[in-house]
Amino acid sequence: MAKTHVTMTINGAEVEGLVEPRTLLVHFIRETLQMTGTHIGCDTTHCGACTVDLDGMSVKSCTVFAVQVDGAAITTVEGMASPDGTLSALQEGFRMMHGLQCGYCTPGMIMRAHRLLQENPSPTEDEIRFGISGNLCRCTGYQNIVKAIQYAAAKINGVEFQEAAE
Amino acid sequence: MIPGHFTYHRPTTLADAVALMASLGDDARPLAGGHSLIPMMKLRLAAPEHLIDLRRIAALKGVRRDADSLVIGAMTTQHDLLASGEIAAALPILQEAARLIADPQVRYMGTVGGNLANGDPGNDMPALMMTLGASYRLESTSGVRDVAAAESYQGAYATALEPGEILTAITVPAPPAGHGHAYEKLKRKVGDYATAAAAVVLTMSGGRVASCRIGLTNLADTPLLAEAAAHAVIGTSLDAAALTRAAAAARAIMTPAGDGRGPPEYRSYVGGIMVQRALVRAAARAKK
Repeated sequence: MAKTHVTMTINGAEVEGLVEPRTLLVHFIRETLQMTGTHIGCDTTHCGACTVDLDGMSVKSCTVFAVQVDGAAITTVEGMASPDGTLSALQEGFRMMHGLQCGYCTPGMIMRAHRLLQENPSPTEDEIRFGISGNLCRCTGYQNIVKAIQYAAAKINGVEFQEAAE
Repeated sequence: MIPGHFTYHRPTTLADAVALMASLGDDARPLAGGHSLIPMMKLRLAAPEHLIDLRRIAALKGVRRDADSLVIGAMTTQHDLLASGEIAAALPILQEAARLIADPQVRYMGTVGGNLANGDPGNDMPALMMTLGASYRLESTSGVRDVAAAESYQGAYATALEPGEILTAITVPAPPAGHGHAYEKLKRKVGDYATAAAAVVLTMSGGRVASCRIGLTNLADTPLLAEAAAHAVIGTSLDAAALTRAAAAARAIMTPAGDGRGPPEYRSYVGGIMVQRALVRAAARAKK
């Protein structure tokens, strides 16, 4: 089948490649670009492990074709830390609050939480839980993921993080 | 999972899109948000030879007021609906329902038009549009026609759309100020289709129901308008007897499938409860 030339910006760098129309965005990112931070979990649009930020939207990259996003600006988990390696507030939150155990869902959780905090910088616990309801974690029971996002929100807003009483 | 081969088309005008639909015929499918079609293609349950991506056609997106109606572009996403001040003011039931559709990521991509035109009995928007008395604008190279939502569903995945037609906009008459509304959806988990769901739009006058429409989701192979159930509560104060009659009348038209969400008897039973809950909640919101 004829391949199509696509160009997009990923984590601020322009990338290009030849893709079949049926190539999924997550395969383009992981296999063509060899950026394996974005995970494939269920491959059926349920789990959210493959979530990336696409033109200001959180999307499941297993359910978007690479040709559809020609010209788009994408952020993956590799784009979250500073070039010098300093972790973003969310990454620091996941580390400090023990927001992961096996870590498989973490890239998708961080990318989803990133967009959530862009849209709502001071979410309530309910808003966080509703906001990450498209991301499955089978280890943590979500408790510490919620705390990690609260930690990040506090840090971004320049206030002290107060862990809620159990 | 990787879909089969197809040729990708990305028209930027509606005229180009309908011309492609006409020339490519049955081998082509329009691609809206893709969150029903792409999973089907990955499972090889759908294998269109051509996909006509509608996302770059700006004219298909957005919500605008037209006299006493709202016109929703077919490519308006569920996320757009939730962000729309026009929808919040005039059609709050659509926001209540959109929050119960899929999950945040899917709502950024999933469109109102896709939800309506796919014809999946599990989709939530069709019963809502029937309840609201909406109509669909269908366009092809042969012209434009408007079809009532209530006349649009013939069976599972069988809709009023003729080959070559694209759903371009939905016209929704704004319910009167002071109306009450509710969408009650029982589902097993976030992202699931309804085990049973009911939409209610009503008005109250002097403590009694003055007008009422009830729609049902995933309780037959098409969305249903429960006219007898609505009739059963008009003129009542929604007392226990009226609610019992409404649930019974609604259950009488339900023919749900038995699946992982439960056997047909269970789904009809909870379907009646969804009707009752939606009626009570809508009445509480209505101006008495």
